[in-house]
Amino acid sequence: MTGKTSAPIDRVSMEVTETSTWLRILRAARDTTPIFLILLALLVAIHIQSPAYNLVSIFKNGAPLAILAAGQLFVIVSGEFDLSVGSLITVVVTMSASISKGDPDKTLMVFGVMILLGIAVGLVNGLVVTRLHVPSFVATLGMMLILLGGVNYITGGTPLGDLPSNFRTFGRDEIKNFPVLGTLPNSIIVLIVAGVVMYWLLHRANFGRQIYAVGGNARAADLAGIDVAGVRTLAFIVSALSAVVAGILLGGYAGVSVQVGKGYEFQAISAAFIGGAALTGGRGSVAAAIAGGLTMQALFALLNVLGYPQELRDTVQGVIVIAAVAYASYRFRRAS
Amino acid sequence: MERRSTLGRLLAIAAFAAVVGAACGGAAATATPSAANSASQPAGSVAPGTPEATASATAAATNAIQYLNTTTTCQGAVADAFFNEQECEKQLAERLQAPQGPANQPWLQMLNPTMVDTVKYKKDGPYKICVSESGEDNAWRVVGWNVMQHEAALEGVQLVHVIANGKDDKQISDIADLVKTGNCSALVISPNSTAALTPAVTQACASGIPVVVWDRGVTTDCPVTFIHPIGGYAFGASAAEYIASTVPAGSKIVALRILPGVDILETRWLGAEAVFAQHNITVVESQFDNADAAKAKTIVSDALDKYGNNQIAAVWADAGFASVAVSEVFEDRGIAMVPVIGEDQNDFLQKWSKNPTYPWFASTYPTYQWRTAIIAATDILKGISVPKEWILPQSVVTADNLSKSLYPNMPPDFQASCGCQDMPGWPADYQK
Repeated sequence: MTGKTSAPIDRVSMEVTETSTWLRILRAARDTTPIFLILLALLVAIHIQSPAYNLVSIFKNGAPLAILAAGQLFVIVSGEFDLSVGSLITVVVTMSASISKGDPDKTLMVFGVMILLGIAVGLVNGLVVTRLHVPSFVATLGMMLILLGGVNYITGGTPLGDLPSNFRTFGRDEIKNFPVLGTLPNSIIVLIVAGVVMYWLLHRANFGRQIYAVGGNARAADLAGIDVAGVRTLAFIVSALSAVVAGILLGGYAGVSVQVGKGYEFQAISAAFIGGAALTGGRGSVAAAIAGGLTMQALFALLNVLGYPQELRDTVQGVIVIAAVAYASYRFRRAS
Repeated sequence: MERRSTLGRLLAIAAFAAVVGAACGGAAATATPSAANSASQPAGSVAPGTPEATASATAAATNAIQYLNTTTTCQGAVADAFFNEQECEKQLAERLQAPQGPANQPWLQMLNPTMVDTVKYKKDGPYKICVSESGEDNAWRVVGWNVMQHEAALEGVQLVHVIANGKDDKQISDIADLVKTGNCSALVISPNSTAALTPAVTQACASGIPVVVWDRGVTTDCPVTFIHPIGGYAFGASAAEYIASTVPAGSKIVALRILPGVDILETRWLGAEAVFAQHNITVVESQFDNADAAKAKTIVSDALDKYGNNQIAAVWADAGFASVAVSEVFEDRGIAMVPVIGEDQNDFLQKWSKNPTYPWFASTYPTYQWRTAIIAATDILKGISVPKEWILPQSVVTADNLSKSLYPNMPPDFQASCGCQDMPGWPADYQK
């Protein structure tokens, strides 16, 4: 037992030796995880319905959810859930405002504090799950309530303080006169950077292989010499840090609010499932999770331009999640 | 296991880039002229910084003073369970009436008062005033409570403070406890909701302790006095009148409301509805934001996406906590600023003063009524008459009186109409 695991089979790309290009394209379309095609279809539908709609705004406004979904994916692949991310977003926004009180010189320090907070929350989540053996659903639900209560106690229920402009620039500002797209929102740059980092962590680093192993069969992974508890805890830390980044983007866009993170944990989990993660762990990809988050944002945008009432968003989200998970398990059974 | 085709991935990325590029190229082509030349302005507003802007600001300011004299009625409000036409017309008229009392102390002023005799409540000090509050969940209440404590210190009375956290049943039991065991000289109550708290207030009156109701009301007139500014119909209608005098008839606007079912908020909306109906202004989106600035910003942003960047001529709101966030939507998109309704919250006033051409307006629900509540209670205990219904003046902030509401170095949540500037502890106690 050297501790090295062999590369999972899905890394081997199987070259298709068909001569017909058309058939190759069709095969590519069939084999691509459906979420990318669905996102494409939604963007096309929005453009048809409302040609003046700026599609870049879907990526700008969806970046926090996409990053959160990718972070949540780490936890889901390891076989757990993290329900505390929404409250953590709220804590990040309100605490950053309270600490900095609008002073731009404090921003760097505030970022440092928030990163430490994310690591601490992820660590506690991981330890409660692995050492106290509390199911992650319950453990992170408890953390969610602890964070929520803490925020309400400190702020008294009303946001105090301001976020400085160099904090808000990540979520709010755009690079003007960008070629092709017109403007490039800073949040898309943050999304790309975070996405690349998380892609590397999950799909290229050893850590990622270990997460898949733990999620696929924790007992086997343990016997293979993987530190199951450590891997799980690290996954919670990744999820919490993704919530910190999402909080910085959301606080930047909308300013201080005590409800900014509300419901985001469920949106993130839905997005990860829509992107193809398996309920029981062991499957899923960062790119697909990000696409899942953007797809949900695109779906809400389509409903908006079609004139559907805001109240239907939750209903639509629920229907889509059920359909996505059902379809994903159908594909899994068909393939295996 | 799913096979991943590299060709498939490349196809998808290429397709994305093509679609997004085409769409954004199209959007950019239509958007760039308006960002660069400010060509497609909403009619009635001008690009900031131009000579027309200054003239327009002056015209808007003059309109702002004159609009209060228009013959607005309450016709056009959708008559629901909260609508009381008589009360609505009364409030619209009260805006134009001069209050009695010292002009520089509006918390002592009263409109059309009918005084009641309070000699029977006279007792010797020291006084212990018990305050039952509905909640402390917004900046107005946080500042208000601070103001109330300073007034109590000024009068030398002791305060007992219970908060109901937005729950009717908690406030009912709070009041019952205060009556039974509080040893209160007087009870000062801001009811969480009208119907549910009426029996509790009635019982409190029956105990013989003088009861003062302030802020929201109840449907019994047993309290010694009910203190409130003119009211919601006036609040909403004044803001709507400003919009109506600034944007052309037929304009589309967005209305932001906190939540349904609260009488003082419903009346604000009803007052505005009437004005919009009379001036042929269409409210294309009327949404609840649950007192969340982020949600309010999303609602306005979605409306611009749905109807077009230059199609929304104004944003009416029944409160001012989200007004700065909402204004950012227009700034971020490079659209000329439209009329945005706010309150006397400092972040809104500061931003306004930094951008004097912004066509903005603030209704107020003055925080100084928290002073009046304590003043009334102590007056009653000293045997001084008070009005049966203490109607306080309800001012508005326009471009020409904005400077009177600006206070330097105050936090963004500070409420300018606190009436706290002449009490000890100003300004340090309000800067935390």
